Order: sequence, then C-alpha cells, then structure tokens
Amino acid sequence: MDLSLDQRYLDFRDEVRSFIAANRGHAPPAVTFRDRVKPGPAEFAWQARLIEAGYAARTIPREYGGFGAEPDMLEQSIIAEEFSAAGVQGGLQGIGIIMLVPTLLEVGTPEQKARYIPKAITGEEWWCQGYSEPGSGSDLASLRTRGVLEGDEWVINGQKIWTSGAHYAQMMFCLVRTEPDAPKHRGISYLLIPMNTPGVTVSPLKTMTGRSEFNQVFFDDVRIPATNIVAGRGEGWKVANVTLKHERGGLGDPAKSIARFEGLLKLMKRETVDGSRAIDDPLLADRLMQLEAKVLALKFNNMRVLTADLEGNDPGLARLVTKYYGTVLNHEIDALAIDAMGELGVLYEDGEYLRDEGAWQAWYMHDLGLIIGGGSTNIQRNIIAERGLDLPREPKAVIPPQGMGGGTASGGRG
Amino acid sequence: MRFGLSSEQETFRDQLRRLLNERSPLERVREVAAGGSGYDERLWTGLAEIGAMGVLVPEEYGGLGMGAFDAGLVLEELGRFTAPAPYLGTAFVAPLVLSESGSNMLAAEWLPRIAGGEARIGLALAEAVGARAGAGVRNEHGRLSGTALMALEAGTADAFITAAGGELWLVRSESAGLTCTAMTSIDRTRALAELRFDGVEAEPLAGGKALTRRALDLARVALAADTVGAADAMFEQATAYSKQRVQFERVIGSFQGVKHALADMATALEPARALTWYALHMQTEMPGSTEAHRLACHAKAHLAEVGRMVARGATEVHGGMGFTDDLGLHFWFKRIGLDRQLLGSPEQIRAEAAAAMAA
Repeated sequence: MDLSLDQRYLDFRDEVRSFIAANRGHAPPAVTFRDRVKPGPAEFAWQARLIEAGYAARTIPREYGGFGAEPDMLEQSIIAEEFSAAGVQGGLQGIGIIMLVPTLLEVGTPEQKARYIPKAITGEEWWCQGYSEPGSGSDLASLRTRGVLEGDEWVINGQKIWTSGAHYAQMMFCLVRTEPDAPKHRGISYLLIPMNTPGVTVSPLKTMTGRSEFNQVFFDDVRIPATNIVAGRGEGWKVANVTLKHERGGLGDPAKSIARFEGLLKLMKRETVDGSRAIDDPLLADRLMQLEAKVLALKFNNMRVLTADLEGNDPGLARLVTKYYGTVLNHEIDALAIDAMGELGVLYEDGEYLRDEGAWQAWYMHDLGLIIGGGSTNIQRNIIAERGLDLPREPKAVIPPQGMGGGTASGGRG
Repeated sequence: MRFGLSSEQETFRDQLRRLLNERSPLERVREVAAGGSGYDERLWTGLAEIGAMGVLVPEEYGGLGMGAFDAGLVLEELGRFTAPAPYLGTAFVAPLVLSESGSNMLAAEWLPRIAGGEARIGLALAEAVGARAGAGVRNEHGRLSGTALMALEAGTADAFITAAGGELWLVRSESAGLTCTAMTSIDRTRALAELRFDGVEAEPLAGGKALTRRALDLARVALAADTVGAADAMFEQATAYSKQRVQFERVIGSFQGVKHALADMATALEPARALTWYALHMQTEMPGSTEAHRLACHAKAHLAEVGRMVARGATEVHGGMGFTDDLGLHFWFKRIGLDRQLLGSPEQIRAEAAAAMAA
C-alpha cells in the first residue's frame, strides 16, 4: 500500500490549483439541478481556456487542436479531483468528447480525425449518440435502422431512442444495419450523420422527471456521403466496443457519489423537525452511515482499479461492479435526502419550501434512469457473472419466427 | 501510487496460503473445533516460523515492524481458512497497544515472546463497548473486580488486555482471584470466556480512554479483515459449486437467479475489501487519528452487513448441501456470525460514527 505521489505529481497538483485560483472568475456558473443545459458561448470560451492550459483535451494531439500531452492517468485524476474540490466546472463532458474523439483517434482515417476532432473538442460541433432503438435496448446488436449504399451515398431509414442532446447536436455517431445478411453482430456499421440532413427528425422524449432529457430521432431516406463511415462495413459493433472502453469511470464515478453524499450531509445538518436536526435522528443517521461506508468503499475500490490500470493489469471484478454499485448507491443517497425532508420531500419545481432547488426529487428520478441506461442493472449482473465469474451464458430460448432478436447481449446504452 | 499488495506482500500471502493449505485444511479445523480451544499448536508454530507473529512487533523487540495492512493480510487468510489461531489479540492488537502504552518493561517482557510465538494475549474489551447486566470490571486501587464477558481468544491466553474503569490493564492468566470459564459460541474455531475478577492484581497500560479506543479500533478492523477472508472463501465455494451442480439438465450457474445472486455478492464484496484494506492501512499510517477511527467503525459495521449477506447467499446457492455438517460451509458461516456480534453491533458502531459526524 503506497498512497503517496511522486514530487512531480505534487507539483502538478499545485499547478492545477494555481490555475483554478487565477482563472475561476472566467468559469461558467456551476450547472444547476435543472435541465441539462445546452452549452453556450460561456462554456465554449472556458473550454478554450482549459485546452490552452492543458486541463481539457489534454492528451489530444496538437495537430487536432488538443494540448498534446502524453496520457497519464494520475494527472487526469488530479485534474478531476481539483476542479471537483474547488467546485469549478472542468472541461466539456459531451458524448462526442468522451466517446467519439478517442474512437476516431484509434480507428478513424486521417481525414476523419482532421475534420471532426478539432470541432468536437471545442464544442463547436456537438455530437449525439445513435445506439438504442425502441426494439433494441439491452440487446443492442438486434438494431434494425437500415443503411443501403446507393452510388456514393448511404440511404438511412429507421429510428433511434434515448438520444440525449439530439435537439441541439450538429452530428450523430450512429449504429446502422448495413449488411442484413450477415450475422447480427457483423451486419452493423458505424456512420457519422449530420443532423441537418433532410429526413432527420428529432422529437423530444418527455420522461418521468417532467423534462425532456432525451429524444427520439427518425430517419426517413436520409442521405449521407459514403465516406461517413468509421472503419469498414460491418465493423460497427467492434468500433462501438472500442468506444465503450473509453467510457471508463463514467457511470459509477466515485467523485459523483462523494459530492452527492456531501450534499446529503449538509441537508441533514440543516433540516429540522420540531427543532431537532435530521442528522440527530438515530434511524436517519444510521442510514447515513451505511451510505457513507458504501461511498468510501466505492472510492477505495476505484483506487484499486486505477492501480491496476497504471500497472497494465486487468482490474477484473473491481471494475465490472462499479456501474451497478455506483448508480444504485447514488439512488439510495437521493432517497435518504427525500426521507430526511419528510413531507417536504415531495415538493418539486418551485415554491418557498423547496430545498436545494428540488434537486433531490429530480435526481431520485434521473438516477433511476442511469440505473437502467448504459446497461441496466440486470444486464450488469449478467456481465459480472459471465465475464467476472466465468459463469455460462443463459441458453438461447426458442425465438418466435419474426425478427432477429433472441439471446442476451450486453451493454445497451443511450 | 499503489493501492493494494506489493510484490513482497503477494509473496507473503502465497506463503501464508501454502502454510494454511497444509496445516489447516477443513479436516484439521474440524478436529480442533471439536476441542474448542481455538488453538492449533502446529499451525501456530508455522505462523511464527514464517514471521507472521512479529509483523507488528517493532524490530528492536525481534519483530518485523511492518504495518497493519501486512498483519491484516494474515487475518484475511486466517478467515479464509477459518483457522483456529488466536492471532487477533496476540499479534494484531497487543503489539501496538503494548508499545503505545509507554511501558518499556511490559514491552520488553512480552513483545519478543509474541514475535517468537511463545506468548498469547486475549482481549477482554466487551465492556468498553457496552456492559450486559451483571458484567463490568471495576478498578479499586490497582486491583480489578467484576466480570468480563466474551473475552476473546481466551482458551490458551497467558494474559488479557482488559478494559476497566475507562483504562486498559494487562492481567496475567495465573493471577490470584481470576477465574476463566469457557463460553460456548456458534464458532468453535475461536475460544471465548467469562472472566471473573476478585481483587485481581493488574498492570496499568498508560493511555486512558484514547488507548482504549485505539484497542477497539484495531480489534474492529481486524474482525473486518477476518470477515473479508471468510466471506471470500464462501463466495468462491458457491461460485465453484454453481458450475458443477446440475439441475434441469443445466449447471445451476447458468440460471439468472443464481448468477444474479452471485453477482450481487461480488458487487458487495469487492468494494468492501478495498474499504477494509484502507482501514487497515490507516491504523499504522495515522494511528489514533479521527480518520483512522472513522474508517475502523465503517469497516467493522459494513463488513458485518456484507458478511451476513454473503454467508446467507453462499449457503443458499449450495442448496440442501449448504445446510449439512458434512460440507463444512457452516464453519465460515459461524465465523462471520461471530465477527459481526463482537465489539459492537453494526447499529451501535454506526451510531458512534454518526455522533462524531453530527458534531
């Protein structure tokens, strides 16, 4: 057990801190509990400043507009920790930056890298992800949106769902069935679709939160250039798995649970009934402590994962459990906050007695979406059992004749 | 930065596993448990030979002067094998408490013998957490009177670290006025006793309440480490069994009902292990600190819950066989059950942690 950092990382931490102290006046206001906001000029200006200093797009090569540093996971985690601790927004977190850019760097052509990466990292070109379909959630590889090559164009027809940001994105990376006769995983291609192409219709999807965090996207004879394909025909599933690898730490990130827990602790110290604080109620305090133990367990588990990554080892179960553990934990934290507020816990949207701008109810519902999205909890259990414990897959049931579904697949996501 | 075992620690753990495989297989555990002494001479000398007894004993007293995480690896492996070895009091709590008590005489007398595997020290700390009706030990001018229940690792102890009057004392087993009566628990791999004190001469360990809290922190985190190993063993046995046992022409591990139960156990256990490792690490990294105390509380309470969940679930995966004496899974079930109850229920410990946080 060696939890110390080399001097150069301590120096690096100081640098990050000084940067934040000197520049925080330029940072956009922290994201509120309200709708997921569309990034605007303030966010883009902040992003440009962060890229210049090396705190966003840090490892993206300079030729594509990045900072061009060598990948270093400890530096990355120091940056994330310091911005989070200072309560200052870090770099843009769009799905284009998190998922598309690393994928293009790995499997894109030089032209694709030059065309898409610079605009993706500044936020100038916003991306959305076209994966899930109404009939293809957990069994993502059964997707049916079709692409047919006509001359030098793909012609796309079909429908995507759970597409966040589609109503303001300029581009979509999309899984499309282009080889209908191939086995299901080998018939999919990874296409890049400009959202202003005629035939693309975006329709907001209102959820239980009362907001429209997601969309449905319809394709009706949408024509895009034949060159808008990443890797070859039928290689989309492989490309998507490259992308998934980059989603590291997204769902199940302990920093989020830690911040959420701190918010809960503040609430419970503040909230009173008959003059006594929620935290002094033994039953509520007991739940609070159960949650703190889990938050700490997730935090140290993540340090094990980081250690394995740094040493080039497979963290195995320690990584496989984090999405399941973290998303369920966040939901439990939200639930305790609501219970600590008692009757007032049901207030929503506005009003004098609303606490924390109604965040807890919004999170309680939104976090349930995250338990489901990105590979639902039951899919996560399959993944843990099959990949982590080497248990056999569920035998295929007899499938009714229509469609190409059947069997289990892993990891459907938004 | 490295969160986890160094290559030396991995070598040490492999060495421990070889020793335990050879000297403490289930058949041997069964024999020793039948006697209820909680002590197996051959295993004990083996542990001393590979240096396990002296991990926390300072080098000047013949030990290795290493950290609580190293000693925690021994506890985890002992739990994995449900091994009858009174290591927790003797080699984990006593070396640190005796060195920190500031008594050079006691340290010089006991620590070299601990490192050599020649002395065993039990823990009579239950009353520092809460005294049951009729229990409690008083100090009257340096002599102790009263009753201590659930004294741990009592079977072959040469002395007990005893909590009385807000302080710790070292009481020798042969002292006049001390009677030790075995208490039979579900877990026959560890010996518990009722100690009756009738004006017993005792040596004070300077350090007052802080040292008492320190001893409790150490013992609690040690119980958590024992549970990690025991729960891991149960979980591994259940996973292996689910790949062999066939029902409805399928191995039962291919049913989602069983898979998901095992996935839930893995999901509880992996982060719990990391929590325990960090809590162990903090015991020698920042000894006696608020942070070390907080982590000891969380590790003990959390592993009590995770241990119970895994013990129950792993037994259930085994079906009727899990319930038999023959299979022996119950040794782990009971070991985890004892760890949970000792030195504070999860509710009590969480209340302690909450009080510190609410301030």
